Amino acid sequence: MTARPDIAVVGAGPAGMAAAVAAAEAGAHVMVFDEQPGPGGQIYRAIETPGPAGDAVLGADYAAGRGLSRAFRDSGAEYLPGATVWQVSPDREVGVSVDGRARIIKAGAVIVAGGALERPFPIPGWTLPGVMTAGAAQIALKASGLAAADAVFAGTGPLLYLIVDQYLKAGVPVRAVLETTPWSAYLGALPRLPGALLRAGKLRQGLGYIRAIRDAGVPVIRGVSGLAVAGDGRAERVAYTHGGHRHEIAAEHVFVHQGVVPNVNLTRSIGCRHDWDPAQACWRVATDAWGATDVAGIFAAGDGAHVGGAEAARLGGQLAALGALCTIGRIDAAVRNNRGAPIQHALAWELRPRPFLDALYRPAAADRVPAGDDVVVCRCEEVTAGEVRATAALGCLGPNQLKSFCRAGMGPCQGRLCALTVTELLAEATGRPPDAVGDFRRRPPVKPLRLAELAALEPDDTDGGDAGP
Amino acid sequence: MFTEIATDPGAPTVTIVFEGREIATRAGATVAAALLAAGELHFRDTPVGAERRGPYCLMGVCFDCLVEIDGEPNRQACMATVRDGMRVERQRGAAGIGP
Repeated sequence: MTARPDIAVVGAGPAGMAAAVAAAEAGAHVMVFDEQPGPGGQIYRAIETPGPAGDAVLGADYAAGRGLSRAFRDSGAEYLPGATVWQVSPDREVGVSVDGRARIIKAGAVIVAGGALERPFPIPGWTLPGVMTAGAAQIALKASGLAAADAVFAGTGPLLYLIVDQYLKAGVPVRAVLETTPWSAYLGALPRLPGALLRAGKLRQGLGYIRAIRDAGVPVIRGVSGLAVAGDGRAERVAYTHGGHRHEIAAEHVFVHQGVVPNVNLTRSIGCRHDWDPAQACWRVATDAWGATDVAGIFAAGDGAHVGGAEAARLGGQLAALGALCTIGRIDAAVRNNRGAPIQHALAWELRPRPFLDALYRPAAADRVPAGDDVVVCRCEEVTAGEVRATAALGCLGPNQLKSFCRAGMGPCQGRLCALTVTELLAEATGRPPDAVGDFRRRPPVKPLRLAELAALEPDDTDGGDAGP
Repeated sequence: MFTEIATDPGAPTVTIVFEGREIATRAGATVAAALLAAGELHFRDTPVGAERRGPYCLMGVCFDCLVEIDGEPNRQACMATVRDGMRVERQRGAAGIGP
């Protein structure tokens, strides 16, 4: 029997680690559930067990995560790696599987820090083996020291340039960078530049990557549209439109990226309110300044709540910890506000360049909602944009009804890779805004759970626990 | 194909078997990393169109790297760690229910 945690944290990226450290410092019993084998999340993936790619390749921003992971290890928070959370109930019961054994653990408060995922990039051929996300390329490099020579990187967003820069530092040749940032985005971003210039260092860092890539002789082709990958059973070539002409490059590996969006499956399944964020073109969970959702005792922090990057996630994790500590009565509101004020100030400073970055790296509508009817939208159930449009033409109004027509969103990824595309496709087809169209209803278990584990589920065995399945 | 950017001859290795082929890999690697480093991109065939698929996200959200591990179907190769003697097969179509 273990003691029931005051605060359960889901995820051990910057937000989850920072939340755990802050909560444990205040004397709370904290349990951290992490699907990965070690702390760090995706941004600091394998931070404790660096592979062949060292800090010289991965950079100072990556190495900076080591301080936080050490503080986390020293914090006294109980850490459960390899733990898949498949449910959090509105009553704060955390359903989790470790080593094939499922348990339900009730917590005083739950901080969801499950992170982001890369925005779907529905283009012809994006399901071919050899097409992966740029984030996947980076994970292979961080965790395993693996890189693919002569790959094409395509899309938009700061991460795209970061990973190309890391490849070049590792001595891995890159065939080309195809930038899909629409020209209109530069104009849209311009009025937001003054706010961003207050954090000019961040912007210089990004420009530095671009310069290093060009200096290395890698072709960077800007204003690309109409990306398409083709090949016989695997990626062999990538085609694109530039300057009014179609071009083609041979490539066995195509790494695509157009930003990251919150992974909302868990907060959605709890029943928290979510709103459409027009600036980032995604759903985000509604929270107050302390990360509290509209479900009592459920908090959200980090890029899983609102994409702002690693440092914003760390600060958001600290704020959520203060909010949770206050909710469970460990600290009073005056202490929370007092300790939180400098963190909120730092967070506002950290987010200054965000409106500029959001406007600049907002992917083109044509890259979010495929024009071609034969493009696969739902990878799991192999549903095309044309099938979704045809269903809308029959009178289908929302994503949930769409499931009965064509199974879009009903595969093992549970809508993670198609939900945004489906919402925007239906919005376009029915002439309504995305928030009126809505989202798939995400249900627990939010990760696949073997029936045998569910059948063997033990009642809450924590001290004072009485919650059964 | 994916290759290691630096080799460490002293690093402990384990051997797994993929579709009858022996693959030596770093201990502690994910199954997905082991297969990618061995030049494999085709991890499964889809249930609907029998299309070839391989890893897409490498972080556990896309479910396109599903394989059968030691007889258990629908395992995410990017979330499973290699073990010496592990037998890995492509996930062909939908998995059956029950043993």
